Amino acid sequence: MSDAAYNLKTDRTILNFGPQHPATHGTLRLVLELDGEVVVSAEPHIGYLHSGFEKLGEYKTYNQWVTLSDRMNYLSPLCNNIGFAQAVEKLIGMEIPERAKYVRVILAEMSRIADHMVWLGTHALDIGAFTAFLYGFQARELLYVIFEHTTGARLTTSYTRVGGLFRDVPHDFKEMTYNFLNYFPGVLKELHGLLTRNRIWVDRTRNIGYLSREDAIELGVTGPTLRGSGVEYDVRRNFPYLIYDRLDFDVPVCDDGDVYSRYLVRMEEVAQSMKIIKQCIDDLPDGPVSFFDQKFALPEKEKVYDTIEGLIHHFKNIMPGHGFEVPKADIYDATEAPNGELGFYLVGDGSHKAYRLRVRPPSFVNFSCFPHISKGAMVSDVVAILGSLNVIAGELDR
Amino acid sequence: MDSFGDLLFYLVIETGFLKAALVVNLLLVVVMILTLMERKISAWIQERHGPNRVGPWGILQPIADGVKFFTKEDIVPSHVDKFLYIIAPLVSLFPALVTFAVVPFGDQMTVNMFDHLVTIQFQVADINVGILYIVGIASLGVYGLIVGGFGSNNKYSMLGGLRSSAQMISYELPMGLAIISVVMLSGSLRLNDIVTDQSSLLAWNIFRQPLGFIIFFVAAFAETNRLPFDLPEAEQELVGGYHTEYSSMKFSAFMISEYSHIITASSLVATLYLGGWQIPGLAALNLPIVAEQLLQILAFIVKTSFIIFIFMWVRWTLPRFRYDQLMNLGWKSMVPLGLLNVVLTAAVVAFF
Repeated sequence: MSDAAYNLKTDRTILNFGPQHPATHGTLRLVLELDGEVVVSAEPHIGYLHSGFEKLGEYKTYNQWVTLSDRMNYLSPLCNNIGFAQAVEKLIGMEIPERAKYVRVILAEMSRIADHMVWLGTHALDIGAFTAFLYGFQARELLYVIFEHTTGARLTTSYTRVGGLFRDVPHDFKEMTYNFLNYFPGVLKELHGLLTRNRIWVDRTRNIGYLSREDAIELGVTGPTLRGSGVEYDVRRNFPYLIYDRLDFDVPVCDDGDVYSRYLVRMEEVAQSMKIIKQCIDDLPDGPVSFFDQKFALPEKEKVYDTIEGLIHHFKNIMPGHGFEVPKADIYDATEAPNGELGFYLVGDGSHKAYRLRVRPPSFVNFSCFPHISKGAMVSDVVAILGSLNVIAGELDR
Repeated sequence: MDSFGDLLFYLVIETGFLKAALVVNLLLVVVMILTLMERKISAWIQERHGPNRVGPWGILQPIADGVKFFTKEDIVPSHVDKFLYIIAPLVSLFPALVTFAVVPFGDQMTVNMFDHLVTIQFQVADINVGILYIVGIASLGVYGLIVGGFGSNNKYSMLGGLRSSAQMISYELPMGLAIISVVMLSGSLRLNDIVTDQSSLLAWNIFRQPLGFIIFFVAAFAETNRLPFDLPEAEQELVGGYHTEYSSMKFSAFMISEYSHIITASSLVATLYLGGWQIPGLAALNLPIVAEQLLQILAFIVKTSFIIFIFMWVRWTLPRFRYDQLMNLGWKSMVPLGLLNVVLTAAVVAFF
C-alpha cells in the first residue's frame, strides 16, 4: 500500500441499532461504534418498554399483580405467574396442594419449551435461516392451544393465584399433553437436522460472543447463558421448589461459552423439559388445586351463592381495598424461568398490598454481559449474540 | 426495400428488434411468475399456504403486487443524493435485463417467410464473445447496488453497498475461472458453440466439469445476492441493506433486477453445464422440425426452472454467511479450486 493510502483519514462509524430494527424483536436500542464492520464498543440503551410493573405492585393486591406478570415476559407468561405466586406463598408461609404443584411444573416446563421455540426461531431468523423460525412456531402453536384450553388465554394466562391455581385443568388436559409429547420429538429432530450440524450455522455461532466462566459468574448471568459457559447452576436443581426435587432430569451444561454452546444447552433443555412433563403427567394426583383457606382463595361459586360465609369471603377477596393480608416481612424467592433465575423480592407491610415489589429479571442481568461479549465482533455477530441471549424487552425494562 | 414486406422483414427479422422486445417482456413476465413461485415454494417448505386470496391459487398475486408498487408514493428522502438515488435502480435493472440477450434458448431454424428463407436464431444476439459479454455486463450490476447504497446516505445502506461490491468482485473470479474451463473444452466463446458441444448426455459439462459446476453454481448464488450470500440486503442485520431507503417502483426495480439475475444465472447454468436446449437422443426420433424446436425450447425452460427451484430451495433452508467467512470461502477455497480446475482441464485438453 502506498503512503498516501496509509495516511488516509479513517473514522469510526456510530451506528444506531434500534429501537426500530428487525433484529431487536421489541424495543432494544444499541449504539454501536464500528470500525469498518467490526464492533469497537456496543452500548445498550434500555428503557424503551418501561411500564412501571414494579411500582404498580405497590398499588395492586397480590392476586391482581399476577395479571401484570403475564405482560412482563411475553414469551413465557406462565413461568412469571408461577414465580410470583410462589414468592407470595412463601411470604405467607402456605403450602399449596399437591395437584397444583404438579400442574404448575407441567405448565412451567411447557412454557419453557414454548419460550425456547420462539427463541430458536427468532435467533435462527436473525442468522438467516427463515424456515427454522416457522418450524419452531408450529410446535409452539400446539402448546398455545393447550394454554388457551387450560387458562382461557394464549398469552395473558394469569393462571396462578396465591395458594394454587385459578381453576383446575380441563378434563382432556392429559390427552392433549400426551399428544404434544408424541408430536414434539419429531419437530426437535427436524430442527436439529436443519441447524445443529449445518456448516454455515456452526460457522456463524462457534467462537462468537465468548463469555468465560469467571465473567459469567461475576456478571450474575443465569440460565442457559450461564450453563452455556460451563457453570452447572439451575434453580430447579440447586434450590428445588415445587416438586423438582422428586423429578429425574439433567441440567445440560456446555463449556465453550459461545453462541453455539448456548444453542446446544437450550436445545437439550427442551428435551429435558419433555422428560419432566412426561413424569409429571404420568402421576398427576387428584385433589384440589387451591389452598383450602377461603381467606386466600376464592370460594367455589355454589358457596358464594348459597352461604353467607362464602359471599363474605368472595367479596373480601375481590373488592378494592380488601384482599388477604400478608405478614410484615420480606422475602426473596426465585424460580428458574426459561432465561434464567427469575426472582421476586417482596416486602409485605401487613396489608393486602406489597410495600415494595422488586423483580430480578433474568433478561436484565443477562443483557449486562452484552457490551462485554460483543466487543470485536462484526455487525452480523451482534445479531447472533443478541439472539443467543434472548433478551425480552418487557422483562428487561419492566 | 421494394415493398412493405421487405421493410417489415428488415426491421423485425434482421435487426432482431422484435425478438429483443419479446425477450425483455418475457423476462419481466417470468419475473412476475417467479415472485409468486418463490412465495409458493417457501410456503410449501414451511408448511404454510402462501398467497391464495387473489385469483385461483393466488395466481394474480404478482399483478396485485405490481399495482401496489405503482400506486405507492414514490418517496425521495430529503437526505439522499438525489441524482445517484434515482439512477441506482436503473443502473441495477439495465444489466439484469440485457444479460439474457446472448443466452440461446433453442436451436436455429430455417423457415420460409415473405418469400425469404429466414434463419431464426432463438437468441436475441448471437455474438461470438457471448460469454465475455455476460461476464462484462453482469459485473456492471454491482454499480447499481453501490450507487444505491452510497446515494441513500444511510449507514445501513452504505454497509450493504460495500458488502455487495466486495462480494461481487470476489465471486466473479471463481466464476470466471469456471467459465474458462468450459471455454477450453468447447473451444469457443459463443454460447451456441458451447451448447452444441454438449450433444450427448455424457458430454454435458456437469459430467465433464463437476468441480467447475459446483464453483460456478456457488458463485452464481453470490452474484445474485441470494441466501446464503444475501449479505448486501441482510434484513436482520442491515434492515434492507442498499434498498433500505427505497420505496414504490424504485424498490421494485431492485426486486425485478434481483429476479432477472436469478433467471439469467439459472439459464447460464443450464446453458454451460446442462446442455442448454439440447435433449440427448432427440435427433434419432426424426420428429418434424417444429416439434423438435418446441421440445428443445421446453427442455431449456425445464432445465432453467429446475435451477431456479434449487435457488429458492437453498434460500429457504440455509442460514446466512458472515462477511469475512464469505471472503474466506471466495478467496481461500473457490479461487484455488477454480485454478486447479483450470489446470486440470488444460492438462486434459492438451494431452488427451
